Amino acid sequence: MASPTARTAGRRRSPTAPPRSFRWARRIFLTALTGFVLLPVYVMLSSSLKPLEDVSGTFRWLPGELTLRPYLDIWHTVPLARYFGNSLIVAGSATVCSVVIAVFAAYAVSRYRFRGKRIFTVTVLSTQMFPGILFLLPLFLIYVNIGNSTGVALYGSRGGLILTYLTFSLPFSIWMLTGYFASVPRELDEAAYVDGCGALGALFRVVVPAALPGIVAVAVYAFMTAWGEVLFASVMTNDTTRTLSVGLQGYATQNDVYWNQVMAASLVVSVPVVAGFLLLQRYLVAGLTTGAVK
Amino acid sequence: MRILRAATVTATVTALAAVAAGCGGGTSPGGGSDDSPRTLTYWASNQGPNVEADKKILGPELKKFERRTGIKVELEVIPWPELLNRILTATTSGQGPDVLNIGNTWSASLQATGALLPWDKKNFDAIGGRGRFLAPALDATGAAGKDPAAVPLYSLAYALYYNKQMFKDAGISKPPATWDELVADGKRIAKDGTWGLGAEGGQLTNNIHQAFALGKQHGADFFDASGKPTFTSDGAVAAVKQYIDFMAKDKIIAPGNAEYGQNQSLRDFATGRTAMVLWQAAATTFAADGMKPDEWGVAPVPVPSGTPGTGRQTNSMLAGINIAVFKNTHNLHGAREFVKFMTSDGEQRLLNKTYGSIPPVTAAQQDPAFDRQDTKVLRDTLTHSATPLPQVVEESQFETSVGTAIKDLFADAAAGHPVTTASVKERLAKAEQQMAK
Amino acid sequence: MRVLAGLRRAGLPYLLLLPALLLELLVHLVPMVIGIVMSFKDLTRLHIGDWGTAPWKALGNYRVTVDFDAPVGATLLHSFFVTCAFSVLTVGLCWLLGTTAAIFLQENFRGRGLLRAVFLTPYALPVYAAVITWAFMFQRDNGLVNHVLHDQLHLTDGRPFWLLGDHSFLALLVVSVWKTWPFAFLVVMAGLQNIPKDLYEAAALDGAGLVRQIRRITLPALRPINQVLVLVLFLWSFNDFNTPYVLFGKAAPEAADLLSLHIYQSSFVTWNFGTGSAMSVLLLLFLLVVTAGYLLATSRGRKHADG
Repeated sequence: MASPTARTAGRRRSPTAPPRSFRWARRIFLTALTGFVLLPVYVMLSSSLKPLEDVSGTFRWLPGELTLRPYLDIWHTVPLARYFGNSLIVAGSATVCSVVIAVFAAYAVSRYRFRGKRIFTVTVLSTQMFPGILFLLPLFLIYVNIGNSTGVALYGSRGGLILTYLTFSLPFSIWMLTGYFASVPRELDEAAYVDGCGALGALFRVVVPAALPGIVAVAVYAFMTAWGEVLFASVMTNDTTRTLSVGLQGYATQNDVYWNQVMAASLVVSVPVVAGFLLLQRYLVAGLTTGAVK
Repeated sequence: MRILRAATVTATVTALAAVAAGCGGGTSPGGGSDDSPRTLTYWASNQGPNVEADKKILGPELKKFERRTGIKVELEVIPWPELLNRILTATTSGQGPDVLNIGNTWSASLQATGALLPWDKKNFDAIGGRGRFLAPALDATGAAGKDPAAVPLYSLAYALYYNKQMFKDAGISKPPATWDELVADGKRIAKDGTWGLGAEGGQLTNNIHQAFALGKQHGADFFDASGKPTFTSDGAVAAVKQYIDFMAKDKIIAPGNAEYGQNQSLRDFATGRTAMVLWQAAATTFAADGMKPDEWGVAPVPVPSGTPGTGRQTNSMLAGINIAVFKNTHNLHGAREFVKFMTSDGEQRLLNKTYGSIPPVTAAQQDPAFDRQDTKVLRDTLTHSATPLPQVVEESQFETSVGTAIKDLFADAAAGHPVTTASVKERLAKAEQQMAK
Repeated sequence: MRVLAGLRRAGLPYLLLLPALLLELLVHLVPMVIGIVMSFKDLTRLHIGDWGTAPWKALGNYRVTVDFDAPVGATLLHSFFVTCAFSVLTVGLCWLLGTTAAIFLQENFRGRGLLRAVFLTPYALPVYAAVITWAFMFQRDNGLVNHVLHDQLHLTDGRPFWLLGDHSFLALLVVSVWKTWPFAFLVVMAGLQNIPKDLYEAAALDGAGLVRQIRRITLPALRPINQVLVLVLFLWSFNDFNTPYVLFGKAAPEAADLLSLHIYQSSFVTWNFGTGSAMSVLLLLFLLVVTAGYLLATSRGRKHADG
């Protein structure tokens, strides 16, 4: 695999350049970690290329017979494309809404003193301590009752799921963003005020750009929360709105589990997500703080 | 001041909660109306190879129904892992389908919620009367003495599948009919890497099914007449021990089977690693795993001695799917019509044939499809020697607690710990205590 | 005019919080209150069709739950300890892996971007498939783990079971760490970006070694982020349901019997939501106490460090 190699070897060493021992420790640690991370991915990949009867056979590093059939079959066994679309819509909308709402809330918490601040933070945090399975029925009842009294169909719709997921990620998003915002120096805000910005102007012109890596991290978190959730999706969706995480279980029937297809489908749907990470990781690093502070 | 504020917050939240849930559940007391006579929603369980296949199989039949009655059926095929939770939320909220499939072992539990339409004489007469159905299948539709909560739709039973070539190689001419023969055959076959019997030790439901049939043979019932658990009766302990001993004492089950929970035992059978497996309608699975139909044979599940029959000669639990009407339906008449359609002779023959199950409607069983080597055994077992699991409200708890006890015992056996009558009894006693409320 | 502006200024933080507050109320708080109410009711299958008519049970559900001499209470207590051990270990390992990896990846080198994406992969794979894959790998007879440990490295005498018995705790821990550490990595990595580079340069000129730089600059700067991160990881692993459920099915081995699975069994399997809710409320109380203690301790420590 891509083992990290430092290319600073022959160059003049700057005062912060790491010593040789550091580079070796890094190389060993990162290689081991890569192995740990990719081992299951390799097993998935090799399982996805095997005919069904070989999948649960004795493990061998190199599979005997290879086939691409699972990659063709996955689209017909379950409506994978539709589930994938649903997941993208649900997770995407939930992420955008969650991040925007969390940015506002975190700005308020990190920059203002106001009554009820502590109650707000503690209550929001406490929601993470109640097991999700016990939320399920009450929330379902609420959605059904809202639907019956207002005609807004939350149960069974993507909208209901988006609402649920965006709230799921909200508490930690707010809290983490508060932390990231707190590390953006106040002087920046004040400079913006001097320039004639209002509070919101300072937020969007200064604080948000400076905390961009944190915001991206929070967005990834919010996305993954919605992307992987199983329990609520399994009862709040129907055939047309079902998401991937639940839909994947469609490859398992009572007597048969198409393991090779489960693995193939999982890999296929993960490719865009990993590609997204690859694109986003630029913003994860390119915080503007360093430039702005000076 | 702060306390006051906290109190205000709490009060607001509580008030909102009351508004949101106060109207609470939804099972309307009267139950059912004919407000929307032109449409029906139907939740089908996943019976075919996958959900899409089910839609293709049921689609034309629903069209047929629409042509006959003018009622449009909206179908949703629900995968098994979700079905019970979906029914649960439907029951809680009253927001459910009109007609739905349920596993027949859930009948009594769901009956107790009052969410399903009771099938009294009037309702049964509307679909041709109770007499059309197989008597044991009717026993799996709810608690004894109450109007059934559902109607049998597809039926299944356990059979013994065996690998013909492996039997031949070991010089065995016919499949075992008694447990002693099974153990003897298994021992002859079990050697370096191949094993006599496969088991799914980590799958609670399967453990229960096996233990239940063995329990019947030992005269045990797991529940007494009043519905109290009797897991530690001598018969129950003996039955569970007999099942575990296939691994612990007789060594015809591979220790690795203790952790199986994803039907690995079927794959082991299909790839020639085990010679026998006890399963319901496994033909399509074997085919998917590359085993040809003439490579395996089917026989009734063994009994202690004699031939399978009722009572102590029971050799299978009665498995299957029931069809039920949700009490809140807005199309009561249509729902009944639909059940009538699905249980009509023609549909029964066609659907059961497609799914590899046996029709619980006796008139529909007269078809060559139910006379093949495997379906014939299943049909005979169903008619003569299958008994439904206890129709008690706590059925799911029973499956979990006793199923787990058996899983733990298998783990003991696999790890080489001794499995004795005392240790079996201890596990079952613990399971029984967990049932107590 | 100035009064109006002042009012607007005072109202602004509330306005900013409003959307979050409303959503939290609808999706989290109200259901939670309903859940707490449920814990005082006899909410068995006989009554779930109409919650209004379910009889009150006062503290009956709690009594069953905390009766540690009876099997229900005893197994609950056992599972509580298992969960505590599991959570502490998961948090520790995830934090350690995540922070180390983030620090190692801070310096630019060839392949860094790729590694970053690779490290986030466990986070991107659907939970169900990832955990099932691990279950495959942990199989006794056909799994990769035993193939490597026993067949190739000859480290073990027999083939151990990983999904049964005492080893199952280890298996659960490995899967959970594999699945969760990328989150720690992500958060710490983002946090590192806000540390000004010149701090390091100054320290290096003062002759501070790497370890000292990490201890004096990196870790203190990460403190606010770490405070959140550790708590998040703890609460997650404490309430983790998917991992044990997919790995072990409905019945986990005793050594890996996590609370969430327990609560699932006492509510969803039995359709008795009263007892399940009572357990959840107790869990909530415990976590509230732990969190309060944690926040007090870490905040005081921070003030101390600042002053």
